[in-house]
Formats: sequence, structure tokens, C-alpha cells
Amino acid sequence: MPIEILMPALSPTMEKGTLAKWLVKEGDAVAPGDIIAEIETDKATMEVESVDEGRVGKLLVAEGTEDIPVGTRIALLLEEGEDESALEGMGKAAQPAPAAPPAPAVAEPKPTKEKAAAADRPVAPSPAPPAPPAEASKTRIFASPLARRLAEKRGIDLAAIRGSGPHGRIVRADVEAAAKAAEARPAAAPTAAAAPAVEAPEFTPPADVPYEEIKLSGMRKVIAKRMAQSKSHVPHFYLTIDIALDRLLAERTRLNAGLAEEGVKLSVNDFLIRAAALALRKVPAANAMYAGEKVYRFTRQDISVAVAVEGGLITPVIRDAAAKGLAEISREMKALAEKARAGKLMPEEYQGGTFSISNLGMYGIKEFAAVINPPQGAILAVGAGEKRAVVVDDAVAIRTMMTVTLAVDHRVLDGAIGAEFLAAFKGFVEDPITMLL
Amino acid sequence: MADNAFDLIIIGAGPGGYVAAIRAAQLGLRTAVVEREHLGGICLNWGCIPTKALLRSAEIKHYLDHANDFGLSVKDVAFDLEKVVKRSRQVAGQLNAGVKTLLKKNKVTTIMGTARLAGHGKVAVTDHEGGTRELGARNIIIATGARARELPHLKADGERIWTYKQAMVPASLPGRLLVVGSGAIGVEFASFYRDLGVEVTIVEVLDRILPVEDSEISAFAQKQFEKQGMRILTSASVEKLESKGDGVRASIKTKDGKAETLAVDRVILAIGITGNVEGLGLEEAGVRVEKGHILVDEWGRTGVDGLWAIGDVAGPPWLAHKASHEGVIAVERIAGVKGLHPLDTQRIPGCTYSRPQVASVGLTEEKAKAAGHTLRIGRFPFIGNGKAIALGEPEGFVKTVFDAETGALLGAHMIGAEVTELIQGYAIAMTLETTEAELMHSVFPHPTLSEMMHESVLAAYDRAIHI
Repeated sequence: MPIEILMPALSPTMEKGTLAKWLVKEGDAVAPGDIIAEIETDKATMEVESVDEGRVGKLLVAEGTEDIPVGTRIALLLEEGEDESALEGMGKAAQPAPAAPPAPAVAEPKPTKEKAAAADRPVAPSPAPPAPPAEASKTRIFASPLARRLAEKRGIDLAAIRGSGPHGRIVRADVEAAAKAAEARPAAAPTAAAAPAVEAPEFTPPADVPYEEIKLSGMRKVIAKRMAQSKSHVPHFYLTIDIALDRLLAERTRLNAGLAEEGVKLSVNDFLIRAAALALRKVPAANAMYAGEKVYRFTRQDISVAVAVEGGLITPVIRDAAAKGLAEISREMKALAEKARAGKLMPEEYQGGTFSISNLGMYGIKEFAAVINPPQGAILAVGAGEKRAVVVDDAVAIRTMMTVTLAVDHRVLDGAIGAEFLAAFKGFVEDPITMLL
Repeated sequence: MADNAFDLIIIGAGPGGYVAAIRAAQLGLRTAVVEREHLGGICLNWGCIPTKALLRSAEIKHYLDHANDFGLSVKDVAFDLEKVVKRSRQVAGQLNAGVKTLLKKNKVTTIMGTARLAGHGKVAVTDHEGGTRELGARNIIIATGARARELPHLKADGERIWTYKQAMVPASLPGRLLVVGSGAIGVEFASFYRDLGVEVTIVEVLDRILPVEDSEISAFAQKQFEKQGMRILTSASVEKLESKGDGVRASIKTKDGKAETLAVDRVILAIGITGNVEGLGLEEAGVRVEKGHILVDEWGRTGVDGLWAIGDVAGPPWLAHKASHEGVIAVERIAGVKGLHPLDTQRIPGCTYSRPQVASVGLTEEKAKAAGHTLRIGRFPFIGNGKAIALGEPEGFVKTVFDAETGALLGAHMIGAEVTELIQGYAIAMTLETTEAELMHSVFPHPTLSEMMHESVLAAYDRAIHI
């Protein structure tokens, strides 16, 4: 029997994906570890590698096919000694049947190692907002009764575990390993999938206007859903403040002169990331999320930074930013932004985060108000630094000024707390030497 | 020489070696197995199988002796020891021939002779006529098994002081028998000879018989054996064995430190086994041997490239089914089969075919406690089971050990009629990682002894029905 390659779940919450590209064609020989396809999910493109050896018998879905449910048969691999006749009657992309084993681990997302490492990595500070129910995945999960019970007792989502038993069955040891990994990190990431889908209105374009129809990418759909949900559910209010940048710019010039050899060039944004993290540490009430019956107040500052990419934007996260120096933030940000633009960010690199920064200064935007990135409690929108005439000591002086606007979820933060945060943020930016403290 | 080039050579065709050879052949490896004595090894020729044949004779005699209890009258129950032994040998012979056929059918090259490692990937085989040939293979599995252990002061002479091998083929029935050691082998022979009317004494150096079993099982077994007329000395040791005329005089140090002299006709030494590690060239090959056994990792690797060891020669538990399973795992690993797991020794069932029978799998209550588990213990007696009563076998019980927190079945211990055929139910349950819930939901047919397995689980959660 040919080996079935199924649509893999590239993240625990993934339900569907787009087959962006086939990297093999029918007749190609593949070995374990060979990359066979690229799959596009909500936000990232990931490579899928074969775990089996064989010859590609049939590709069952065409490149560009969207919304392929996890567990769907996407290709057939012929084992040694099999020829095309073995494919008879198997030539259809099967929907995942509940009775069929979901994935005899035939295809797996390529970054297995990174994935494993991710389980150990702190994703977001504790505690976790309610996770989406495991039923999110429609495919049947094979697990031993003991594994199921242990998972339930320890609050572990079986869908997120890879089984090591026969045919990928999850056994006790797998759950125990996952529990150990979970203990090592404070909590699971807040998950966007918890949000209910927002119904998209249907429009027909005006009859006499020429137009081009652009299909929504996975990312566009998520942005649409989440932003609409944020604006319709989260009571936003806005606080705006002007901040003098002169000293920060002077420090930046001085530091960059020294760092040039190391190939590090600090951006204004790197300073702002650190300043925001320090201000959140100073005003922890501002580092919070609303979660229905309760509010989670975080003791670590994970800053999501909006990065514009083709077709949308994504927010890679600088974890524990208050504990990181400017050079480290700068290096990390550069790497994340590059990965983001290449569409190669791993879910754990953009999921989570406790606070967001969006900076449109480079486009000359003077000031703007951003939409909160749920379930976070606030987002800081940063405008351009520009020379302005300001009154200093009762005289008009020229200063490089920047206007920032904090959008706040009023369910979790009040005006005074937001103001306190902005005052702290302004303090760090205007007197950057205090960021050393 | 092309006909001497193999993918795998297995030294020893016991239950470890021949099973490994067949599995290797199934996986397409060109496989040779070298055996110096009998295909099927000790298990099939001088162990598990022929003793079961002997015990079956003893069991039937026991039934005949008690025919009256069942409303039957049988007159002049007698036995012919020679025929009992002959039947046992025939059974062994039949299975020996079966192994030969299986190996042939699977195209395994079988070579009779004595093997010795002869350098990397090479095995020299000396046949019974003294001719030698050299075989080569990328991988070699040592599956040479084990033999009865002796101590400096406790040596078998093969006439009055026996090991299992002589005990299996007695020419005449001894009047008085001393069994040294009360593991499965000692207890099975004690049971066999006792059922044939021999006066039996067991001496065990530890504080209870069947010391690897749960202590409740040990205590119950001891009571049953004593009821049958055996004498059992625990925490006692045999200091000296002296042959006197046609008998043996045994000097025994008893529990309270007193010296006792016991005159018997025959002695069976059942004080453990030691691996067949000699004459294989292990030392030259760089294989590490400790306490008579080859040191291996969880996959059977010796640490020397291409050299593996499985079964009794690779250490305890000394069980045929453990050897077979290890053999299969080693072969699959050699063949590159994916998704393998090492053998979990906690899930190997053990059976003792005495009367009453004993069977167990997993942790004893003591070991489970020592491992830090909070326990739920279930017990169910044979007297509460309809089938047991109908069979006239009301003695025995089934004990289950659960982890109170997770409901994991940690161990199961049984004593009584037919329990050796029942234990596999629990072994499957453990391998599938069931909890008490699935065992409770499983339907056990009525009327069977297996219902006790259900009741014992229920009892662990205070839900037993028939008690």
C-alpha cells in the first residue's frame, strides 16, 4: 500500500492550511528529511519534510489549494517495489475521516528541533488565558487511556503532543515529557484562535468601476478577523503625549560609533522597545490582559513589535525585553524582522507577547492610534521624530519631538494607569541614561 | 567465500536466538544461527516445555487422587515414572523438530557446532567432528543462554546432587528430596515431586519463598505447600552437602542460627543461573562480562561494534519470552526498523507452574511503595468465584496494585488454578496503558476465572460485587 502523506498540523491550533508550493514532483525519489512542500498557515510559511522513503506516486492537491483541513491526504508515496498500479482507487485527496488514524506521522513540519525547543522556551508570562478547547482539531487523537488521564490532570493539550507509541499513539511517556517541558515555562501562549470568527460582510463591487480581485491570504484573513474583533469587542481609549528625542538621538549616535565594529546599529525603535519594557516593569498594572472573570497581570515584559511584510503585518516578540540590553534587542529584532519578511517566522516567535509597539515614524506619520492586538491590554503607536518649535523656559526653542499614542483596553486599564505608564516611558526616552538603572 | 557471508549471525538457537533468526529472515537479512546442542535451547529441550509435561502428569495424578471429590471412582491410581519422563522427552523432541522446520521454512542457515568470535565480524564454528569453518557478518548476536549456578560448597554431581537437567529425567523416584532455592525452578520441581508422593524440603536463604513475587503471594504459596506436606525453611542456608552411600547429608543453618542435619536421597540445586559466557572469545573481542553475564544497553548492544547480546546471557529476568522479545528488538534495530522502543522490563509477566500456579506482571506492592506511589490495592479470592468453586479450586487470589493518583495499573499478582493463562490479560492492559476505568468497563465472560481479574480491579476501588 502506498504511504499516505497527510496535511500536517504545523501548530497545535492549526486547522487548515494552504499548500503554497510542491518541492517534489511525481516520480521523484524522496528520503526521510527531504523537504517536499511548503505550507502556508495563518502567518507563516513552513516546510514539510518526509519521514519516509519512497517515490512520489501522486500529488493529490494542486499548488495554491487553500483551506486544506489538517489530516487531509495530500500525496501518495510508493514504497520500494510498488508501482503506479498500487495507486488505483487512491487517487483522491481524502478528507480526514474520524475513523482513520490522523497521521501515522508521515509528514511532519520541518523545524522539528525548533518545535521541540519551543516547548521549553518561555512563550508568555503566566498565567495563561483560557486555551481553546482541544476539539479545535477535528481529527481523532490516538492516545492511551493513561496518557489521556495524565494530560487531563496536568492540563496538557493532547493535540500539541507528538506520540511516540505504535502509529504515533500518544503514551504516558510523551505526556510526562510534555508536562516537564510545560513546567519549565511559566505558561502557554495566549492564543488568537480563541477569538470567535467575525462574519465578513459580502459586497458586490460597483458595476462601472474596473477592479482587480485579490484573494485573501491566510495572514490577511487573520488580520481581518482579529482587528475587527478587537475594534468591536475591546473598548479602546487613547492617550497621547509628546516626547523630546534629542538626548536619545545623541546617545544613539555615540553608542553606534562604538558598536560599528560589532556590526550593530541601534535604531530609535530598539531604544523604544527597551524603554517600553522598563516602563511596564515600573508600572506593572499596565502589563495586563483582560480574561473575562479575571485579569492577568504579567511580571515579565514580552514586547510584540509590528513589522510590515508583504500582504500584511506580523508581530514578532522580544521576550523579557526589560532583561535585555540594547545591543541584544537590536540583534534579535533585526533577525526577527528578516525572518518575518521572508515569511519564515515560527509560531512561537510571533505568538504571545504582553504589549505591542507599532512605529510608523519612518513614513513621516506624525501621530496615529493603533488597534489593540488582542488579548493584549495596550498598544503604543509611535510617530515620526521631527524638529518642532517648542516652548522651553518661556522661550521658543527647536527640539526633535515625537508623538506617541497609547491605545488602551478600558476593561483592564484605566486612564491614570495609562498616563503613569506614558510618564515612565517618556522619562526613559528623554533621559536614556536612566535605562541603565 | 560467498556462502559464508551473512548479514547476521546468531550464536545460540534457544528461544532468544531462533526467534531472532526468524525475525531477521522476515526482514530480509541473510541470517545464520549456530547451535552447539539443541535447536530450541534449554527452554524447549531442558526447561520450560519438558517440565510442563512432567507437571501435567503430576497434575492429572492429583486429580485422580481426588476423583472421589467429583463423584468419580478411580481405583488403583499408579504411575510409571519411566513413561512420565518419556512423554516429557517426546514433547521436547516434537518441538525441537518444529524449530528446525521453522528455521528451514524461513531460509535461515542453521549450523550445528560451537561458535567462537574470531575478530571483527567473524565467527569460527567447530563442528562435532572437529572441522572448522569461518563465517562473516556485519552483525553478530550472542544468545548462548545460561546454565544452573553452582556455589563452591554446593556443586552438582549429576547423581545424587542434581541440577534441573537430572531432575527432569529421574530413573527412580527419591524417597526424600531437598530443594535448595525457591525461585520458579525450585518450586516447580518441589511441586512435581511432592505430587508424586516424595517427601520434600525446601531451603530458601531469603525470608520467603518465591522471593521475586509479592510477599502476600509468597506467604499464600508457602501455606499451600505446607498443607500439601512440604517442609519449608526460610532464612536458612545449606552449608554443606556430603554424599553418603546412595544419599546425601545436608548441613543446614536454620533461621535461629541452629545447625540441622538432614538426610535425603537426592538434592536439587536451584540457586539461580549463570550466563554461558565461556569459550566465546568475549574477552578478546572486548565485550564486558560482569557476574557471569554480558553487559548490554537497553537495545542489547555490547559496546563493541556489531556485537549484540540477548536473553539469559545478557542478564535477568531469566525468562524465555524476555529473550525472544529482546532478540526481535535487536534484530529490528539492526534492520533499521523505525519507531522501536526498548523492552520495558516492568511489563514482562512471570509464571510459576507449581500447584497452585503463580503468575505476576509489574510491580509488587512493596516495590510500588518504594517507588513512591500512593496505592490502591485490590484483592479477590477464588472462593468468591463461581467457576473456581465449580472446578473445585477454591484456593487462591488475585491482587492488583494501582497508582491512586493516575489509576495506572502498576502490577498484578495471582495465585491459584490456571492463573498462568490469565496473567496475559493484565499484561496487555499494562502495555496499552489502561487505567482502572477501562478495566472496569471491560466485559469479562461468565462463568470464568477471569472474572476475578475484574473483581480485583473493582475491589481496589471498593466496588467489588461478589465479596
